[in-house]
Amino acid sequence: MTVAIDRATGKRRGDRAPRPGLGQRIKNGYQKHWYAYAMIAPVVVVLGVIVGYPLVRGVYLTLTDANSLNSARTIGVNHIAATYKFIGFDNYKDILFGPLSYDRFWSHFLWTVFWTVACVALHYTFGLGLALMLNQKLRGRTLYRLLLVVPWAVPTFVTVFSWRIMLSDSGVINQVLGALHLPEPQWLEDTFWQRFAAIMVNTWCGVPFMMLSLLGGLQSIDSTLYEAAEMDGASAWQQFRHVTLPGLRSVSSTVVLLGIIWTFNQFAIIFLLFGPTGAPDAQILVTWAYFLGFGQQPRDFAQSAAYGVLLLSILTVFTSFYFRWLKRNDQLAV
Amino acid sequence: MSTTTLEKTEARATSAPAPGRTRRRGERGPLGAALLHGGLAVASLIALAPVAWLVFLSLGPDKDDYLHPGKILGKLTFSNYSFVLQHTAFFDWFKSTMIVALGTTLIGVFVAATTGYAVSRMRFPGYKSLMWVLLLTQAFPIAILIVPMYEIFSELGLIDTYWALIVINCTTAVPYSAWLLKGYFDTVPFEIDEAGRVDGLTPFGTFFRLILPLARPGLAVAAFYNFITAVGEVAFATTFMLDDSKYTFAVGLQTFVSEHDAQWNYMAATAVLIAIPVSVFFYLVQKNLVTGLTAGGTKG
Repeated sequence: MTVAIDRATGKRRGDRAPRPGLGQRIKNGYQKHWYAYAMIAPVVVVLGVIVGYPLVRGVYLTLTDANSLNSARTIGVNHIAATYKFIGFDNYKDILFGPLSYDRFWSHFLWTVFWTVACVALHYTFGLGLALMLNQKLRGRTLYRLLLVVPWAVPTFVTVFSWRIMLSDSGVINQVLGALHLPEPQWLEDTFWQRFAAIMVNTWCGVPFMMLSLLGGLQSIDSTLYEAAEMDGASAWQQFRHVTLPGLRSVSSTVVLLGIIWTFNQFAIIFLLFGPTGAPDAQILVTWAYFLGFGQQPRDFAQSAAYGVLLLSILTVFTSFYFRWLKRNDQLAV
Repeated sequence: MSTTTLEKTEARATSAPAPGRTRRRGERGPLGAALLHGGLAVASLIALAPVAWLVFLSLGPDKDDYLHPGKILGKLTFSNYSFVLQHTAFFDWFKSTMIVALGTTLIGVFVAATTGYAVSRMRFPGYKSLMWVLLLTQAFPIAILIVPMYEIFSELGLIDTYWALIVINCTTAVPYSAWLLKGYFDTVPFEIDEAGRVDGLTPFGTFFRLILPLARPGLAVAAFYNFITAVGEVAFATTFMLDDSKYTFAVGLQTFVSEHDAQWNYMAATAVLIAIPVSVFFYLVQKNLVTGLTAGGTKG
């Protein structure tokens, strides 16, 4: 039997004392960790009350037929009690397998997946390219960096409105395209171009975050590794492939995960670019769910929340697989 | 004889450093430099164009000027700005946005800092699940939360109050800030905590007197993230704020563009007025952004 000896306390760990009872363990844990718990208490309380309770309530709503006509509400001085009732899993059945399920859920689901993959791939490619360029010794590097983070520095709702003006029918982009005798697509009316425009605007907004994160990653790579690679006669491509990319692995795995989660739930860009009611085919699941819950009359609270639950489940499943995959490849940064 | 060999060696000596071979690391030829500058310049132009265009349009006096941008040059004016400042609820929106954003920043950073410190320095039962929850709250779609939150806040009488938005913004900004600050605290040497403990400080004393002052760059980034999340939040502000004097900028800006009428010129002017303070704040903290953002990602 191997007996490990704890270096700090000198205690032998192999043969442990009998496990203390539950009450004793709680007491010990409390004495040992009370300050840790005190420090995380605000977050746990806030998340528990403001996220946990609504989550439970939201899940319950998905099992009812709640909408704005049968929910509790106050009109003037009259308070009307809620009259919605429990209907089990009918909402989910309707969303996933109902007669309109393709038009309402699956088409938006496919588009959301495509949107997420395309946006994150573009964010990462452009972000990495710009970060590599900014990591060179170069005159005016600080100025370039300042200019390149503009899309992040200016609030999204401001820049999205600017894009909306530029993309409108006779806006500046179409005028330039017209002057060059190129086709002038109807950016905000035609489904294909709506989707194209949404991805374009989101890419524009999201690149600076990737760029700065990857730049930080590049700067943390030990420069002696490059020297060693050069001594061994590695070409620029080989250095990139075998020094830069592995050096970026942990920061990449983190920002890609965050990027996927944020893009999947990206609300503001699509909502503001097309307005609350426009572009039904370019809505991703989040904005579509918002439309069901708040953009139409009567407001369908139950279906909206059911979409929310489905979204959350998709992301949870994805994240746990992603973590498992990272752990297997030993790339976990967090 | 001897002269020729001398000439030969001299000639070889001058021509020997073949271009591209003996350049030191990090240096490049004129072509490479031109390509780099070209690429970065084009990218900067694309990054800047929509914002610059907005500034340009804000100087045109009529609401259809965006259709004929060429005409704006002949009649540049600040009349949109004076209209927005004098005849709209701009200052009301400014006040609400500031209350919400600064409230979120203050509360959010404090809460995120204590949590970040706890998960950075202490291993307690429930540590793993807390980290998991912090990550997963990023993934909460608004669709599932917004309806129950609306119900809860209206029961509490918090609809149409700043508190509702502050609390909600905290729930979206705090998990990532805590994650970010954990990464930053990890880079502060553990010996500093030990020194504090040896000198008789409690864990809280160590945190407030030693670690917080050292973590100022990280705190700046977290503060900025909270601020910009609160300023940019659209969905909850649109749904929860009913009184138009309590609109935040994100909601107020939408009022210029309704289905019947689009006052793009006023909207552009307002947008520029909003962007200025936020961008100034951004550039004050941007030096810390690179280190602050990736401290968590690069250190294990």
